[in-house]
Amino acid sequence: MTTFQVNGRTVAVDVAPDTPLLWVLRDEIGLKGTKFGCGIGMCGACTVHVEGRAIRSCITPLDAVAGATVTTIEGLDPDGQHPLQKAWIKTQAPQCGYCQSGQIMQAASMLKDFPDPTDRDIDAVMGGSLCRCMAYIRIRKAIKIAAAEMRGDASNG
Amino acid sequence: MGSVLKPPGHRVPSPLSRRSFLIGAAGTGIVLGFMRPGLAAVDALSTPPDQLFEPTVWYSIGRDGSVTVNIAKAEMGQHIGTALARIVADELEADWERVQLAYVDTDPKWGYMVTGGSWSVSHSFMPLSQAGAAGRIALIEEGAKLLGADREACSARNGMVSAGDQSIAYGDIVARGDLRRVYSADELKQMPIKQPADRRLIGHDTSAIDIPSKTDGSARYGLDAEVEGMIYARPKIPPTRNGSKVLSIDDQAAKTVKGYISSIALEDPSDTVPGWVMVFADSVTAAIRAADKVTVQWQAGDTANVSEQDILDHGGAQIADPKGGSLLVNDDGLEPAFAAAKTTLEQTYTTSSMLHFQLEPVNGLAFEKDGVFEIHTGNQWQSLILPVLAKALGVGQDKIIMRTYLIGGGFGRRLNGDYAVPVALATKAVGKPVKMVCTRADDARFDSFRSPSIQTLRMAFGEGGRVTAMDHHAAAGWPTGVMAPSSMPKGVNGVPYDPFSISGADHWYTVGAQRVRALSNDLANRAFRPGWLRSVGPGWTNWAVESFMDEAAHAAGIDAVAFRLGLLDGTGRNAGTAPFSVGGARRQAAVLKRVAERGGWGSAMPKDTGLGIATTFGQERDMPTWVACVARVRVNRGNGVVTLEKLSLVVDAGSIVHPDGALAQVEGAALWGASMALHEGTEFVKGQVKDTNLDTYTPLRMGDVPEMDIELVESAEMPTGLGEPATTVVGPAIANAIFAAVGARLRHLPMRPPAVLQALSSKS
Repeated sequence: MTTFQVNGRTVAVDVAPDTPLLWVLRDEIGLKGTKFGCGIGMCGACTVHVEGRAIRSCITPLDAVAGATVTTIEGLDPDGQHPLQKAWIKTQAPQCGYCQSGQIMQAASMLKDFPDPTDRDIDAVMGGSLCRCMAYIRIRKAIKIAAAEMRGDASNG
Repeated sequence: MGSVLKPPGHRVPSPLSRRSFLIGAAGTGIVLGFMRPGLAAVDALSTPPDQLFEPTVWYSIGRDGSVTVNIAKAEMGQHIGTALARIVADELEADWERVQLAYVDTDPKWGYMVTGGSWSVSHSFMPLSQAGAAGRIALIEEGAKLLGADREACSARNGMVSAGDQSIAYGDIVARGDLRRVYSADELKQMPIKQPADRRLIGHDTSAIDIPSKTDGSARYGLDAEVEGMIYARPKIPPTRNGSKVLSIDDQAAKTVKGYISSIALEDPSDTVPGWVMVFADSVTAAIRAADKVTVQWQAGDTANVSEQDILDHGGAQIADPKGGSLLVNDDGLEPAFAAAKTTLEQTYTTSSMLHFQLEPVNGLAFEKDGVFEIHTGNQWQSLILPVLAKALGVGQDKIIMRTYLIGGGFGRRLNGDYAVPVALATKAVGKPVKMVCTRADDARFDSFRSPSIQTLRMAFGEGGRVTAMDHHAAAGWPTGVMAPSSMPKGVNGVPYDPFSISGADHWYTVGAQRVRALSNDLANRAFRPGWLRSVGPGWTNWAVESFMDEAAHAAGIDAVAFRLGLLDGTGRNAGTAPFSVGGARRQAAVLKRVAERGGWGSAMPKDTGLGIATTFGQERDMPTWVACVARVRVNRGNGVVTLEKLSLVVDAGSIVHPDGALAQVEGAALWGASMALHEGTEFVKGQVKDTNLDTYTPLRMGDVPEMDIELVESAEMPTGLGEPATTVVGPAIANAIFAAVGARLRHLPMRPPAVLQALSSKS
């Protein structure tokens, strides 16, 4: 039995401790918003937060998060109204949408480190998140809008 | 549906009572829908049909005034439901805020179900407009009665019928009026629709209804489907796509994996997945791990040693043989024109195998319930795979339902529904619900990727560089020939051809005597299953046409834009016809001129930097989307790296229904073109694709995105398509820009640094 916190509640799951966190979240806990893309940590679709940091859940074994706090797209904001989520809608960023949970979680983590990210910061951090629809222009724009809102900088929104 | 969540904004209703939405109300009753927050309390879909106004199959209006538009197209990122509902709502004069979407499951009443070819808006525009108009007329008639007003004095707007200062809402008309009208297809075809100037929703910006669910994790894709009691399966993919046979299965080592259940070889009467073994387990992880430990001995098919170059060589030999193939165009006087030419030009262009790499690996959930097989998976061409599933399962098509899910990337992969077959066979074999999950490598190895292609083009020039003849031969694997041969049209020589493996070569340039010959590369067709990939044939035929036009312009000593404009004269067969190609080549000339202005054509460039131009008509002659592109690149002579600095695009797709959605499609399609030109591509090696994951298959990423300038031409002409056309111009524009920058001519896609270096060294 492995116990950890996910989106504010404590869960205990009885699966092999080396099971990737991704499949635990999806199939044991029922949080389907986190997606499977490549299985080797190179597409970013499975990105969630562990202790507030973005990680690739497809290559993170369950036992690595024992006792830790995990946040998924479903828990980023109780009403789905995180500044990034609002900006994603404002810019109409998603196309197929499959990568977007991971994109948003990666961006949320980035904005903690880079509250006012430059294009190079965005290229460097978001470069690990593949959008196969190639909605990159809007993702970049949405990140900047959300960053401005989070900084309380209305003029840049 | 087990633990499926039901967040706001996304509907997964409980079993439906409304007969028309499900065949006999069988199964668990999923309708994939998108509701408006304010309407979430009212479930129009579970309302008894006699309380709804449903003048056609395409929509219904409830007593609360909500309008539910039925979407029989797959949602894979194009926000197609929003665009189609806007078409209905505009004519219906509906209140857009009360319009919601229901993505329907398979049912014969929807007609032929396919989502591809950038056809959806263009093909649906008239029927949906007429369906909306019919509803408006009926509502006005009944509204007039309820208001005690003359019909002629009534008008409809924003979900209300008004006469003078009195008005009545659509919902009240549904509740109180007698709206028992159903229109036949013929009646609808006679229905007049609005003039473009009267449109209130079409062409005006809006937010896509599906987008909020794609920001909070609530959107549901095929991978998310589950049902009580299901087991998981992962395939063991055989050594060849065709002709493999299972000799033995050794699962001894897999038994050490907790949760492993069993392994079986599939018996497939449809021969869709010959040689497949399914490994069952009680979780995804156990299925993945157990499959790694199962050893299968196969007898491989006879193409086990076929590789990329063999396929290209075979295509080259087909081109060299004047016999064979289908002639789309075969004008008299071609060879005499070449014989009489002052000069001629001939070049050969090739492209590599290209993976779909849609981010959601193919998957499926299947189970049998009350004698009906339910297949839960995202799919783009249900009408193609349903008969195959029927053959595989040995049941009638009426015993199969495909449930609809969002698609985590289509790009044509899910036009080929082959992945549904092993899931269906597996559930039949084990008598339990089966969920198939493929790893990324499984998906890549099972991909029906874009065939390698080879094309040879010839041009004859007369006095003063005048073009007197053009000859185009193209050989590649034919997806339509393999998967839907009966749908192939015939060339002028009576031989069928795959339009998705030659369209584009039949361009709108007036070139004198012309010949276009399409050759089915039978070695490719046997060695793998060729697939339709975003922009299909025009994605590589135009690579040749537009690279060649650039070479021809240089050979003739004429500016590349002026050379093309001289040929886009809109005469003869290039004049265009109503309704979709009104204006013909003159509209292509217009976008070319416009993009030349926007892209700074002719301006001075820094060292090793160049502009390249290309123009196409999108997908097909009978539904042309006129596109032109200027690419600006910088070439590093030291390492061969090409940096794409800017793309300028001008697109004329006729009337634009959902402008922001249209722009998003052009952005994504253009970047697909860039990715396939510079960043991705694989190679077929001894029966398998070489690259199976992102460690070596490298699509374009955030930092590779160039500056982009896109113009959608304002037009009141009939809408054409937008999902693919921009893909077709970018590759040749980049190649032409590389030539402009450093004088190196590349004739193979993708254009990787070693090829750039080689071209640089060979020119000196």
